[in-house]
Formats: sequence, structure tokens, C-alpha cells
Amino acid sequence: PLFSQSTKKSFSTDEKPTSFKDITSYCNFYEFGTKKTDPSEYAHELQTTPWTVDIDGECDKPGTYALEDLLKPVTIEERIYRLRCVEGWSMVIPWMGFTLADLIKRVQPNSNAKYVRFETVYDPDAMRGQRSDMLEWPYVEGLRMDEAMHPLTILSTGLYGKDLLNQNGAPLRLVIPWKYGFKSIKSIARISFTETQPFNSWQQFSPEEYGFYSNVNPEVPHPRWSQSKERRIGEFMKRDTLMFNGYAEEVAELYAGMDLKRYF
Amino acid sequence: MQLKATTFNNILKPILFLLLLAPTIWLIAGLWLNTLGANPIEYILHTLGDWALRILLLTLLLSPLRRLLNWIQLVQLRRMMGLFTFYYASLHLLCYLWFEQGFNLSSVYSDVWDRPFILFGMTAFLFLIPLAITSTRNKMRQLGRRWKVLHMLVYPAVIFGVVHFWWLVKADTTEPLIYALLTFILLTERLWRFKRGEKSGA
Repeated sequence: PLFSQSTKKSFSTDEKPTSFKDITSYCNFYEFGTKKTDPSEYAHELQTTPWTVDIDGECDKPGTYALEDLLKPVTIEERIYRLRCVEGWSMVIPWMGFTLADLIKRVQPNSNAKYVRFETVYDPDAMRGQRSDMLEWPYVEGLRMDEAMHPLTILSTGLYGKDLLNQNGAPLRLVIPWKYGFKSIKSIARISFTETQPFNSWQQFSPEEYGFYSNVNPEVPHPRWSQSKERRIGEFMKRDTLMFNGYAEEVAELYAGMDLKRYF
Repeated sequence: MQLKATTFNNILKPILFLLLLAPTIWLIAGLWLNTLGANPIEYILHTLGDWALRILLLTLLLSPLRRLLNWIQLVQLRRMMGLFTFYYASLHLLCYLWFEQGFNLSSVYSDVWDRPFILFGMTAFLFLIPLAITSTRNKMRQLGRRWKVLHMLVYPAVIFGVVHFWWLVKADTTEPLIYALLTFILLTERLWRFKRGEKSGA
């Protein structure tokens, strides 16, 4: 038990967390507008209680679950993760959450379940961005089953010890620290188990620029900008971007033998 | 339309000068008061680029406006506005070289060739350099007719500037679309006048 405690601890970085103010005021959440400050300005218009999550597809326990019921059996723990945005900036965020694997095991996916597909809530009355056709709504993301089951992959309900604010994806969002931020889908309303690879929103928007995997990779540039460096919010000069955002030791084996230039 | 020369020179021009300087003051004050948001470097970089392009478009608006209002004096504002364009474009480039590239010239070089939007931005800036250098009355006199031809470089400069902006935007192309439309109108108007054989006022 001592050993497992210490490996659990090692998931958190000891880097200095980005300020609460910056994390909650500099956000990409196009459902509320495309400016970084739009989400903090408009996200309060979304109602997050009560909240349900539809779970469907290739699993033995599909259904519409109340958020409280999903959270009842889990222990919320803190995970301090680096977050790297595809645009070239990064933060360190002290998330509160639990492993996605924990939830997946409970709904018992069957042997056809090769991928997990997520949807953000669709509520154009409350989400002004969804009234424009910038992206196709609802926002969709997806993971391969082994990525979804990885102990680094969490569902988050809070940060800095407090419940998530709407602009950060309340009441329930995904966090996958080795992938670009847009994979970490916010305000999740549906989780589906599928046999085929989900077509995520940004890939749909521009397939030559955004792929399904979207692993942080300093050696594979975005077609329009380099990914080799990033600006950590609060810092002056750029710093080097690390392979898999510094989580190579934990996740590189998931992609052994894969051509990461092709599967970007 | 016409203002008294003293009104034009002593009141209108200084007001315009301060207006064009306002974005700079805004940025300095914002840095001082820490109100530029979580990513002030990016904010400064983008704001400088925005204003370089906006002022360039406003400069190109002067000639048609002059004809429309029959306000000859407007031509006298071109130099100041053109130089402000160059000023913001230079600061924009300096910010890029310093904060984005850390003055690492080999990394700048590869960035220019890897990413078309950087190449277009750089090219737009290159077009502006001879315009700034030959903006003095002396140079104008010296170059004579050739000055006018040389200063037609402002047209490719604005086209490259707009494309530069368009390509860097991730998804929301509303603002570059507005600039592109304005550029199209301004250049088409000139082309149309040129075709009709009217003397170009550049």
C-alpha cells in the first residue's frame, strides 16, 4: 500500500500551479465565444444543477445517470497536471477528480467497445457560441479504450479544492494531461462506447490540422505553427515543450510502433 | 470641404497623432496596471499587429475619402498614418523576434519557411520598409515620378498583411474577413479608376 501511495503521488507535478485567476479567466470554451475572456464572462448563463449524463453504446449498464449517482462511489483526489494548449500556451492546474477508468468499470463496456466518445451538453439558449456554426455542436471528443483506462486520465469536478466554475467545464469534464487541451472535453452530457473511432469536433473542422490522437508532440508541428515551444502562463519567455507533455514515461507505450507524424 | 490651414495643422493633426498613439498608451498602461489578461505577451503581440493593419487600411481610405468629400487636405495625413503603420508593424515584428523567438535567427529562418503566415507577415513588412524610408519631402522630390510607382508597394503590403492575419486565426475569421472585404473594395475602386484612365492619386 505504501508503494501504491507513492506512485499515485507521482502523477502530480511539483511545479508551481498557475493562479486561480488565470485558470478561470483565460479559457477556450467556444460554446461561450471564441475570445479567451468570453467563457468567464458568459458561462454563468449555463445551468449545471441538476445534471445528468447519458451513458450508452457498447456497455452492459447504459442509462441516464444523475451526476450525484456517478459521484457517490468515487473518492475525489487532487491531481496537479500540466495542461498544454494546441495554440502554444500552457498552465499547471491542481485538478480535483477521479479516474475515468473508475467510472468505465462500473458501466461494464462489452468486448465491442474499442473507443469512448464524449459529448458536451447542447444548450444554445444558455451557450451563446452554439448559436453560431463555428464548430458543429454538440462538441465531440474521443479516446481509444486504453487511453481512456489509463490512470492519468481523469474526470474532474473541481480545481484548487473548489467545485469547477462553468468556464472550466462544470460540472464534469475530462482531463488527459498528455494531449492538447481541446481533447479534455468540458461539461460532459454523454459518454458512449463505440466500435469505431469517434470523429472529434476539431478534426471535423479541419482534418489536416487536428487529428484524433492530438498527443502533445514538439516534433510534429501544427501546419501553421511550431509546437516545439510553449508559453507557460505567467512566464515571460517560452519554454521547450516536452514529448507527451512530460508524461512520456507513463504513456509512450500506448503508442509503441505508431507513426506519430501520421497519427497526429 | 476645407479647413483653415492653421486649424488643420495645429488642431486636427495633433488630435490624429494622439489617437494613433492611443494603442501604445493603452498597452503601456495595461502593463503597468496588469490588466492585459493572463497572457499579456500574446495580447501585446496581437494588439500591435491589429493596429498596424487597421491604420494601414485607414491610410488607404484617405484617397477615396478625399475624392468623396472633395477634401484635398486629407492627402496631408498620409505620411503620418503611413509612418504609424510602420511603427506598429515594427514593434509587432520586434515582439515576435524577441518574445516568440528569443532573437534566435536560425529559428526565425525556419519559422519563415515552415509557416506561410509568417512568410506573408514578413513580406508585408519588407514592402513597408522602402515606403517608410522614402517618406520624407526630400526623397519625394528626389524620386519624382518614380516615388508614386514605388509607393504602389502599399497594395501588396496590405494584401500580404490581411492574408497573414487570416491564416493565423484558428477558427473565428470574422475580423480578417472584414479587413479582406475592405481591402477588396479599396483596391477594386483604384483598379476601376485606373482602367477608366483617371490619374491615380495612389
